[in-house]
Order: sequence, then C-alpha cells, then structure tokens
Amino acid sequence: MAKSQVSMTVNGKKVEELVEPRTLLIHFLREQLRLTGPHIGCDTSHCGACTVDLDGKSVKSCTVFAVQANGADIRTIEGMANADGTLHALQEGFREMHGLQCGFCTPGMIVRAYRMLQENSNPTEEEIRFGISGNLCRCTGYQNIVKAIQYAAAKLSGVPFQEAAE
Amino acid sequence: MIPGAFAYHRPSSVKEAVGLLSQFGDDARAIAGGHSLIPMMKLRLAAPGHLVDLAGVADLKGIREDSRDIVIGATTTQHELIGSDLLAKKIPILRETSLLIADPQVRYVGTLGGNVANGDPGNDMPAVMMCLNATYHAVGKSGERRIAAREFYQGAYFTALEPGEIVTAIRIPVPAAGHGHAYEKLKRKIGDYATAAAAVVLTMSGGKVASCSIGLTNVAETPLWAEEAARILTGSTLDAASVKKAVAAAEAITSPASDARGPATYRTKMAGVMLARALANAKARAGA
Amino acid sequence: MSDQTPTSAERAEKLQGMGCKRKRVEDVRFVQGKGTYIDDLKLPGMLYGDFTRSSHAHARVKKIDTTKAAAVPGVVAVITAETLKTVNLAWMPTLAGDVQMVLADGKVLFQNQEIAFVIAEDRYTAADAAELVEVEYEALPVNVDPLKAMAKDAPVIREDIKDKTEGAHGKRNHYNHVFNWQAGNKAATDAAFAKADVTINEFIVYPRVHPCPLETCQCVASFDKVTSELTLYGTFQAPHVIRTVGSLISKIPEHKIHVIAPDIGGGFGNKVGAYSGYICSIVASIVTGRPVKWTEDRIENLSTTAFARDFHMQTEIACTKDGKVTGLRCYTIADHGAFDACANASKWPAGLFSIITGSYDFPAAHVSVDGVYTNKAPGGVAYRCSFRVTEAAYAIERAMDIMAQKLKMDPVEFRMKNLIRREQFPYTSATGWQYDSGDYHTAMTKAVETVNYKKLREEQKARQAAFKRGETRELMGIGVAFFTEIVGAGPSRNCDILGIAMFDSAEIRIHPTGTGICRLGTKSQGQGHETTYAQIIATELGLPADSISVEEGNTDTAPYGLGTYGSRSTPVSGAATAMACRKIKAKAQMIAAYMLEVHDDDLEWDVDRFRVKGNPERFKTMTELAWAAYHEVPPGMEPGLEAVNYYDPPNFTFPFGAYICVVDVDVDTGTTKIRRFYALDDCGTRINPMIIEGQVHGGLTEAFGIAMGQEIHYDDDGNVTTASLMDYFLPTAVETPHWETDWTTTPSPHHPIGAKGVGESPNVGGVPCFSNAVNDAFGFLGSTHIQMPHDNWRTWTAADKLGLHQ
Repeated sequence: MAKSQVSMTVNGKKVEELVEPRTLLIHFLREQLRLTGPHIGCDTSHCGACTVDLDGKSVKSCTVFAVQANGADIRTIEGMANADGTLHALQEGFREMHGLQCGFCTPGMIVRAYRMLQENSNPTEEEIRFGISGNLCRCTGYQNIVKAIQYAAAKLSGVPFQEAAE
Repeated sequence: MIPGAFAYHRPSSVKEAVGLLSQFGDDARAIAGGHSLIPMMKLRLAAPGHLVDLAGVADLKGIREDSRDIVIGATTTQHELIGSDLLAKKIPILRETSLLIADPQVRYVGTLGGNVANGDPGNDMPAVMMCLNATYHAVGKSGERRIAAREFYQGAYFTALEPGEIVTAIRIPVPAAGHGHAYEKLKRKIGDYATAAAAVVLTMSGGKVASCSIGLTNVAETPLWAEEAARILTGSTLDAASVKKAVAAAEAITSPASDARGPATYRTKMAGVMLARALANAKARAGA
Repeated sequence: MSDQTPTSAERAEKLQGMGCKRKRVEDVRFVQGKGTYIDDLKLPGMLYGDFTRSSHAHARVKKIDTTKAAAVPGVVAVITAETLKTVNLAWMPTLAGDVQMVLADGKVLFQNQEIAFVIAEDRYTAADAAELVEVEYEALPVNVDPLKAMAKDAPVIREDIKDKTEGAHGKRNHYNHVFNWQAGNKAATDAAFAKADVTINEFIVYPRVHPCPLETCQCVASFDKVTSELTLYGTFQAPHVIRTVGSLISKIPEHKIHVIAPDIGGGFGNKVGAYSGYICSIVASIVTGRPVKWTEDRIENLSTTAFARDFHMQTEIACTKDGKVTGLRCYTIADHGAFDACANASKWPAGLFSIITGSYDFPAAHVSVDGVYTNKAPGGVAYRCSFRVTEAAYAIERAMDIMAQKLKMDPVEFRMKNLIRREQFPYTSATGWQYDSGDYHTAMTKAVETVNYKKLREEQKARQAAFKRGETRELMGIGVAFFTEIVGAGPSRNCDILGIAMFDSAEIRIHPTGTGICRLGTKSQGQGHETTYAQIIATELGLPADSISVEEGNTDTAPYGLGTYGSRSTPVSGAATAMACRKIKAKAQMIAAYMLEVHDDDLEWDVDRFRVKGNPERFKTMTELAWAAYHEVPPGMEPGLEAVNYYDPPNFTFPFGAYICVVDVDVDTGTTKIRRFYALDDCGTRINPMIIEGQVHGGLTEAFGIAMGQEIHYDDDGNVTTASLMDYFLPTAVETPHWETDWTTTPSPHHPIGAKGVGESPNVGGVPCFSNAVNDAFGFLGSTHIQMPHDNWRTWTAADKLGLHQ
C-alpha cells in the first residue's frame, strides 16, 4: 500500500514522516520516532500502557492510526518533564509514593493522570480510581498509584500533601 | 495485533463521505472514533480495503435543541456527551449511561453514532435510544431519511442501514420535566460490556406510573424495547406484584448468549434484576 | 568530640541501609519512560518473526504450504519443523524432563500451537505473511478434561512417548500419564483416618490461570556469523539458565552465548522457561545472519505460554471430636497440558506441593499427585508463588474451614488449636520439611485483635438473622487464612534445575574511592533489586546505599545464578550478598588493624567504621579502608577489595501470614464486594518496608483477580475462550480493594540477615482468604464448598442451588 505523509507535533517538536495508512500510532511513535516510553501490553485496547495525550485527550495510541493523528498535538511520557528539565509533579509523586514496580504501565499511567488532573485538579480517591480505570497495572495493586496522583495534585495546587493514614 | 492494509480517505462533507462509501461498496467502512472497528481490524475480524474517516466532517458534530427535540451529531464523543450541561439537564440518562461505557480513554474518542449504528449487541446506547424513542438521521446515495431506533436493529451487526448509508445525527424527544431515569448495568468489571443492563425512563403522577419506557442491553442479538413490561407498569404504583409481572415479561423477550459473563439463564435473570433496580432508581428520581 | 560529630544513629540513617524506606533507584528511569525493555531494542539489520498458529486443539498436520507466505515482498524466510530438524531443534527439552515441539511436527496438540515462523523485514509484513501459510489439518478427538485423561479410551495426546512406560519421574501408568509423585507416610495417614472421630473429604479445584505480566514474552536473537557468537536479549527471569540450556540444545559453546535480560515488565513466573519464540528466533538469526526480534501479542501470551495451577485436589482431613487434626490426605490430578513444561526443581514434578500441611501440626499426612496430558497449552509455572505452594495453601486453608464448619467451631478457634506452636520450631512436618522459624499464635492474635474479629462475627450473626427474616438480600462473609510458604529454592541436596544446583550468587567490588558495584545471579522484574541489595550492603559494609550500583541480567558479567522466581532472591542472593560483604569486611578489618597498628581483635565495628575498643577516637571508615586496599595493603595481602559468594542455602525459608477479609455478597446478582482486607505478613527481617508493602499490595491484587474471576477456560472442542483481556480478568483500580498491611518479624535462624522473602506470600495467602470469605457467606445455609473463581454468575448459581431465589 502506498505510503502517505503525516505531520504532527510530538512533545513540542514538529515531525513529518511517511506511514502506511494502517500504521498504528503506537508503532509510529515507538519505531519511527523512537519514543519507546509508551508501551504495548495487549491487543484488544484494554490495558492502557500505550496511552498518550492527543489534542488534550487521553488516547490509547494502539487504537488510532497515525494518519488519523495527522495535524495533532501529541504528548508522551518523554514530554512530561518541566521546561527546566525537572521532573513533573506526577513523575516525582510516582517515585515518592512507590507508585511503580516494573515500570511498564507507568508511562501510560502518568500521561493519563496528567490529563485527569488538568480536568479535575483535586480529585477524590474514588475519582482517581475511576479516572485511571483504563490503565491496568499488575504490580502495584493501584493503592500507591492513587497516593502518587494525590501527591501530584497537591503539589500542582501548591498545597501541602497529607498522606492518608492507613 | 496488526491490521490488514487499506486505503485511507478523509472527506470533509457528508456528501463526499457517502460518495466514497457508495463507490467502494462492501469493501469500505466508515470510521468515527474507531474504538469498535480498529480492535476488530487488529484481530483481522474486519478487513476493509477502504476506510472513510468521518472525523473531518464538521456537520457531524454538535448538540443542539430543535423544538422539542435535542439533535446530537453522530461524531459527538462520549466525553462531549458527559460534559454537556444541556444533556445533563434535559436527558440525564445519557450522561449516566455514557459514564458506564468502557473507560476514560475510549470515551474521549468513541462516538454516539458509532455506539448506536454498528449493531453490536453489547453497546449500551442502543437500548437507551429505544427507551427514549430516538430517531436516527441517515444519509445515503438516495438522500436523507429518518429511522426510528425501535426499528433500527435487525440482528447482531445487522441494522436497517442500507449499504453506503451513514447515521449523521441522533434526534431525541426531550423527556418530560420531572421524569425519572436510570440505567442499571451489571458487569464483570468496570468497562466491560453488560452482563445485562436495563434503561428506564418514566413519569409519575399521583403516585402512579403515567408513562414508562424500558430498554434492555446485551440480552439478545439486538437491544430490546420491552414494550409489554412497560405496559404492565403503566398505571401501577410500581408495587411489588406489578414489578414482578413486568420483570417476567421482560425476561420472556430475552435470548442472551452464554459466554464468560454467564450462562443464558443467568443473564436472563439478571436482565430482570437490573430492570427492577432501574425502576426503583427511576422512581426515586422522578418528581411526584 | 565536637557537637557536630554525628552519632551512630545519625550515621546509620545516612547509609539508607536495611529497614528504611529507601526510595527506588530504578524509578528515575521508569518515570521518564527511559526503561529498556526488549521491544525498545533496535539492532542494525534487525528482522521480525511471527508465528502461524494452529486453529485446532488436536489434529494431524497433513501439509504446510509456505509458498504464498514466502512470496510476500519483505519476507526473508519461513521456518517449519522440517527446517528445525536439520539442526535437531524441532523438539526441545523442557525444565521438567519432558520434550516439547518447537514447531508442529506432524501433529498439533493445543489450540494456537506454533506451526510456522515467518521472518520479515518489518513486523507488519511478518504478520501478513503469517496469515498466508496454508495448513491442512485432519482433526482428532480432543480431551481437555484432566479427570478423563487416563480413561481407557482417552485420545492419545503424546504419540511420541505412547509406548514409554517410564518417564522422567518414574513409571507411567497410561499413555496420557506424566508422573506419579508422593510424599508423607501413607500407612500412618490411613491409620489416622481409620480411627478418626471426624473426617471431611472435599474435591477442591484450583483452576487454570495465567500470570499475565503487562509485558508479554519477547526476545532479540543476534548470531554473528563471523565470530560464531550468539547474543540473546530476552524477557528472562533466569538468564544464566537460558544460556546453559541454550548451549546444550544449540551446541553453541556456552562462552560464546551472551544472554542479556534488560528491564522486564513483570514476570510472575511467566518468563522463567524457554519458549518456541526464543528457539525460532535463534535459528532464524543463524540462518539469516541478521538479528531477529520476536514479540508475542497478548492472545498468544495467554493461550500458549506457561499457565499456572490446574490442580484437582481430593482433600481429606481427619480430626478428633474436640478439634485436633490427626491426618491429612490429598490425591491430586495435575493437568500439564500437551507437554510437561513445568518449571520446577527437577526432583519435584509437583513442586513443593507437600507443604500442604501448611501452618498446622499434622502428625500424619500423605499426598499423591498424578500429572496428566491434555489438549491444552503446556506448563505450568509458579504464578507469583513458590512451586505449587498456592495450590497446597488453597487446599489446606479451604479444607480447614470445611472441617471447622463440620465441627461447628469458629475457623480462627480451630486454627489456633492446631497451629504449630512457637516452641516447636524448627519444626519438621509430616511430609519432611523443616520449617525454620515461626510465631504463629502471636500473628493470628494480632490479626484477630486488629480487625476486632469477635465483633465482626457478632455482626455477621445479626445479618444472617436479618437475611432469614427477609430484611436484606446481602450475605456477609468473613475469610480467614493462615498460610506458611516455602520459598528460597534451594538447598543443593533438594533442588536443581536440569542438574544445576539452586544456589545463587553475589559479586561485590569496592572501588578505591569507596563506592562499588554488586552483580548477582538473580533478575528483577519489578521487585526493586537495584534498591534493596544496596541496602543490605550499606548495613553490612557501612557505605551509603547510594554508593553501590547493582547489576543483574547480563550473563557475561553477572556471577552464575538461577534467577528470580519463587521469592528466592532475598533468601538466596540476599544471603550471598551478606556473605560476600562479610568477606570484604574481614579483609577491611585486617587492613584497619594494620593501619591502626593494633591486633584484629582489638577492633570493633561501629556502623561505618572499625574503631579501637576502649579508644573510639581511633578509627578507620570503610571509605578510608577502600582507598587503603588499593594504596597500601599489609605485606603478603593481595590489593583490591572485592568478594564473590555462591550461596547454597542450608534450607528453604518459611514466611507466613495471617489474613482476614470481610465481604458482602449480593445474592440476587452474585456480586461480591470486598469490604475490608487485612494482611499480616512475617517475612523475617524487613529490608525495605516500602517495597514490602508494595509487594503485598501487588500480590493481594493478583490474588483478588484469581479468586474472583481469573480462568483460562477451554470449551469441549479445545477452543480457549478466555485468551484476551476482554475476558481474562485483570482488575482495574475500581474493583481493586483497599489493602491494610501489617507485620510481625520472626527472623530466619539460618539466614545471614534473617530475611525470608515476601513477594509471593500475598498471592499464596490471599486466594484462600477471599475464597474462604465467599464460602463463609453461604456456610450458615449449609453450603460446604463453592469452587473458584467466585465470579458473579458462579456465586449466583451457588445461591440459586441453595434455593435463595424463590
């Protein structure tokens, strides 16, 4: 099948590449742009490890063709750090609260949490769990992921973080 | 994991989209959010040679009031439905149902048109549309027509759409102010298709049911409009005996698949349980 | 001393050694998406491999036509069993002493079995070509019921060994029989049952499930034709074993094979063994002279790589009328699928299943396990547990509850009466295991008091009465589990993998400027080894944990080890780490004595330094001693400061725990809500409490998935119906309960730092706790045993059978 050209902005950088129409966005990002942060964990769009932020939406990049994302503004985990190079509050929170173990779900989880906090800057625990229900984790049992997101929410709002008592 | 090859088209008008679908016939599929079609293509259960992407057709967007109806563009996403103050106020069952579909990522991208038009018995919106007596605007080679949701579903993945036709909008008559609503969905886990689900919209008057409409999800090859069950309840106080009769009438029209969600007998029973709970919730939300 | 001199306590805190919640080193790269997982690798000239798989569960393969596939532009080669036969690799040995087809050789024995391997320039082309391989099948009768496997006219699964009456583990009684294995004392057990006051006998099934780590199995094989050296990157929990096995079967000399396991996205046992994909990639690389990458998708992972459990256990307990257990008997049918690819230590075809007497003082016990072949995927593995320990723990914890119910005794009271007492340790069980240490009654008491168990039982009684009066349609259940796990495989007298003893290793080198590197034979897949091993070293050597880098997974540089699974890293390599440290410390002490001009015995250790007894201002820190080791050592001493230790553990370790959970079952839908889950774990010395807590959360979540919905299910035609994440239950953050964790600390007396390992305990104890809770909800209505998983429809069906839906 003849290739077509796509251009999009990825982590603030303009890119132009040739793709087959059937090239999945996740493969485009990982193989052509060498952004290996987003991962592939399933083949039925359930696990969320491939989540990126596309035009202000959390999207499973394994279920989008690169051609559909033509002209889009995309952010992956590689684009999450602050402008001055320091870690985003979420990246910091995941480390502080032990919100990761093998690290495979982490990029998708952080990018999803980012959009969630943009839309709801002070979520309850229930809202957080519902908000990450499209991201599976096999290692952590989610409890410390919730804490990591709460940590980040507090930091982004400029309030002190109070870790919930057990 | 890897779909077959196809040619990609991105029309900017309904006319152009319909033209492409007619041109390529059976070998073409329309794609909106793609979160039903693309997973099927990745498993190679669907292998269209042409994809017609509706994302660039501006006319398919928007939520507007039109006299006593609300008209929702077919490529309105679940996320947009959830965020619509107009819908939250006028047709709250839509938001309730939308939040029970899939997960946040899918809801950002999945469309109402996709959910109602592809004939997947597992989708949640079709039963709700039947319950609300919605009408689908469809445009094809021969122009525009309107199809009642209650007449739209003919079999699993088999609808009243002609080849080359697409649903462009969904028209819903606004339920009476003070109506009660509920969408009760039993599922194995969040985001799953329904083991069984029931949509109820009703109005009460003087403690009695003045009007009642019931839809059932994923307990047959198509969504079901439980007309007889609703008729039984109309005029009742939703007393235990009437509810029991209505539940029996609803169970009687189900023919669910046996799958990992449970055997058919269980799913039929769950349709009844979901209906009973939806009725109780709808009543609680209704004005007197 | 001035006021600014740090105290011992302050110096200890700075080290970030054992016992503190040191933040993880590995997180820095993972939160930035900078981990290196196999699919991140791209080597120059790399090709991609993909499989054509069988649609049939059991069939002769009459013909394989690869012409169309080979003709697709971009396809470099298509490999079948015929190709592999030329290098004697059409079949490979399994870790369990069986042989397994790498590619279909005349027959396919389970759905999705590998038939052909397509190698192409890119993965999309490989996928297209894999669809074009044409296979002609002749369907054969299918059997997926292990209870029917040894029937007289059962379909022959393994024609290759049909007439062999001896297998790797002894006599075979039937052509579908794999082994019979027994432990304990049959005569004594039968006698106990013969004169027992009360007995129970229950058929308890632990269904087939799958570890399902988020990253599937994958590899990149790169054979250099010029040097004849193979570099194999892969998702390997045991990289050295892969190297040795790889050498034995490929005949490439072991020193010319370089195995590298980089970051691994979860293992849970799934990534211990060797799969067809690895072998085919190696052969493909040899044939093409280019690197070959193979990555399986999720459906392939769930339906063909090693499953777990599938144990069908007829379980009996004999008891006195006042509740003292006198005997335990268990006859098990173990379904191994089409090939016994079980990853056990080689003398143990049923793993450590004989731990089944659990935490209780059984005077007599006997277990017998028959492994059988069926038309299912081969295996199995220990999914987040020690070998077959979850199966054993599930059987004993369910059986104890069933007996308690029959005796009309409270399940906690019944357990307290039979738990091994503290003074009985080290305790030798009726099946021959010597448990190292335990204080079970203290743990059980702490658990019971913390959750206010008595009050919960009172609440339950009230709710049961309300249910009977028709006031509620919810049933409250309380689940109790007290498990003992056997981990840390293992002592060489007991444990070997294909002949290699199951020791493990640590090699530590301290640099002149006082920082260092530690390499080990284990391999983390998320357990935080880069963080925790450094903590052990920090405490042992008095160097900050941040000064020690930890490496695993490269077989060229890491000392030989048997890898990470079965919670063995801390018990074995953790011990090796401590022992290597002590060699270094002993040398450092001699250097210090030399520098301070005193005798070795005149020195004492104080956190990070040797100081002269009675004269503490005279000291040498480990950092100073490191420099000295390279600068000026005592005459006759070798320079340098390093040590390696290969640790052959004298025994297993026996972590234990007390778990209590509360559930509310909606009788009309069968839905179970987990109201509360309390887990008390005793893993001996606790190296990093934060990491322990994370491991417990994760293990409990996997247990929750297993108990409440996971199943690898086959229909009667051998179609696997639960092979994708649509149907294989992985809980999201919404379903997953909140976990309360607690602990007691009973060090292991034989372990250098007293640590036992913890990663898998929560899966071992969690599953029976959930299952006991659901069963307990229905117990008062006369139900004795409801099989797992406790998904909605099964629970509803149990309620229906009890007449609760009239």
